[in-house]
Amino acid sequence: MSTMTEKKSRLDMPALLAWFIVAMVVVGLFSPIFGPDYGVMDVPRLALCLVILAIAGVRYELGFMRNPLGDIILGIVTAIAAWLLIATSSQHAGQATLGFWALVAATWAASWLFVERLATWRHLSPLATRLINLAIPALFGITLLALWQVIVTGAGIPKVLLPAPSEIWVRLTNSGPTLWADFRQTFLKAVLAGYAIGCGSAFITAILVDRVPFLRRGLLPIGNLVSALPIIGVAPIMVMWFGFDWPSKAAVVIIMTFFPMLVNTVSGLAASDAMQRDLMRTYASNYWQTLFKLRLPMAMPFIFNALKINSTLALIGAIVAEFFGTPIVGMGFRISTEVGRMNVDMVWAEIAVAALAGSLFYGLVALLERAVTFWHPSVRG
Amino acid sequence: MTALASAKDTEMVVNKQSASPNRVIDIENLSLTFETNDGPVNALSDIDLKIEEGDFVSFIGPSGCGKTTLLRVIADLEKPTAGSISVNGVSPEQARLNRAYGYVFQAAALYPWRTIAKNVALPLEIMGLSKAEQQQRISRNMELVNLTGFEKKYPWQLSGGMQQRASIARALAVEPDLLLMDEPFGALDEIVRDHLNEQLLQLWAKTNKTVVFVTHSIPEAVFLSTKIVVLCPRPGRIYDVIESDLPRERSLDIRETPEFLKVAHRVREGLKAGHSYED
Repeated sequence: MSTMTEKKSRLDMPALLAWFIVAMVVVGLFSPIFGPDYGVMDVPRLALCLVILAIAGVRYELGFMRNPLGDIILGIVTAIAAWLLIATSSQHAGQATLGFWALVAATWAASWLFVERLATWRHLSPLATRLINLAIPALFGITLLALWQVIVTGAGIPKVLLPAPSEIWVRLTNSGPTLWADFRQTFLKAVLAGYAIGCGSAFITAILVDRVPFLRRGLLPIGNLVSALPIIGVAPIMVMWFGFDWPSKAAVVIIMTFFPMLVNTVSGLAASDAMQRDLMRTYASNYWQTLFKLRLPMAMPFIFNALKINSTLALIGAIVAEFFGTPIVGMGFRISTEVGRMNVDMVWAEIAVAALAGSLFYGLVALLERAVTFWHPSVRG
Repeated sequence: MTALASAKDTEMVVNKQSASPNRVIDIENLSLTFETNDGPVNALSDIDLKIEEGDFVSFIGPSGCGKTTLLRVIADLEKPTAGSISVNGVSPEQARLNRAYGYVFQAAALYPWRTIAKNVALPLEIMGLSKAEQQQRISRNMELVNLTGFEKKYPWQLSGGMQQRASIARALAVEPDLLLMDEPFGALDEIVRDHLNEQLLQLWAKTNKTVVFVTHSIPEAVFLSTKIVVLCPRPGRIYDVIESDLPRERSLDIRETPEFLKVAHRVREGLKAGHSYED
């Protein structure tokens, strides 16, 4: 199996990781993992997995099975080892000792090594390349979650400080109706309404500012001033003006999203160059024709910049505004009350929902941007 | 060049040949002064120029002599500060609103979000022509500049020479009698430039349009023109107007003939004298 082809001395990242895994496995095998008298040999499957990991890790250095099959074995055994670590640590919460942490480090390094190997696979079909490009960030995220899980349970970190992902997951699945009601109140009502009205009115204002030059001098400074208002100060006033329900949160979102959209649209409308405008002039094109055929398409990259910035700003604004008075529903309301009741897993469940919703919203706007500004050098590349 | 020669556009040619030659551009005592932070700059001073229908007129001169400014005055992209100018017997502004000319810029200035065909359609959409008429003009003018088959490409997928040809098709699609071209081939390499010059001449011969062409290349000016206007700088003014006696039908070989060299020599002398004037 081993051939005498290349015998170069290497000390690159994969080699370092491989020898690190070997060292950590040796430490883990010969020291207790939980308490004074619980060694890895009490969990024979885990011991076997880690020995395989060490061998699969250094096989490039020792010169055998240098192929994707070995990489796949490495990946699968890493997953099994991580699972066994999570399972055993949950039975011995807070009792982890040196050996356990060595095994965690070995497994973590193995997953890193697996991703390194994955990134070097060549001669693949386009579909496989795309799958691997998706798999690498996914593996990264899963590794982080697994580390979070074993560290929290192994070290016995109090739930109030940081709950384990498994506890957050249990809370997420058990509190579906509450989370959905909060999501509907905060995201589907306040965020979407505020975002649409804020961005839409800023866009129309930008056209007005462009059409009527004196407004540029009058409105832009006022827009600037509004954007500088602290939302902590504005939110309670909006609650007094528009009541406890979602319209007051939508108003805060409008205030937050208006200015980025206004400024970006105004500078986008100025983005066409003199020659392009002269060209429209030679066609005796009127204001609206020039606007729709030249200046708005040219402004699209700017406008989408604002839409992307605002997609995350809007969610932040709506959640924070709910701290200042809501009916008994909403993501911000839930976060502030559950923190008071020490139900930190519920807070984390809301944070997870907010992160997911914010990312999806941003992703949708970014997809739309790619479709609309396909011609821009930054997209067509 | 065969593609251009084979393109049939007889209808237009017959119409133009039956009309008697008349004045397309009439400029008298025209001056233009730009107000800048460093004081007034005389971009154009006392310009007198007549251009007849069917002429191919080149403006040649060093940078800063006002040749582009003069073309922009004709196109109503700049307003003169003194003197009079008429285009097709009316003011430049009226001529522009009548869409009396097609303008080709130094760069192609194609819109990257439009396909080549859609770029050619741009002025037609603004003019409010029917879809069928637009389609007809697109295919006719794309064929004229030898770009048939590239309708669905985007500008950034084409070479610089093809982009500039597309911009010429866009100017021609307006179907103007007057074509204003501001160093259209300035950014292209010599080989592409020669080729496009030849195509432009054939186009001109076939359609009998009036062309005003800005360049700073002596061979290009002499090869293309029936009339060469030599300008010199500070203040921008006409130094010499040379009526070329070269035949209207020309090929690139004409550049080796004594007649050609004689005209080129006179242009060069004019440029030299115009320059030394200020020393």
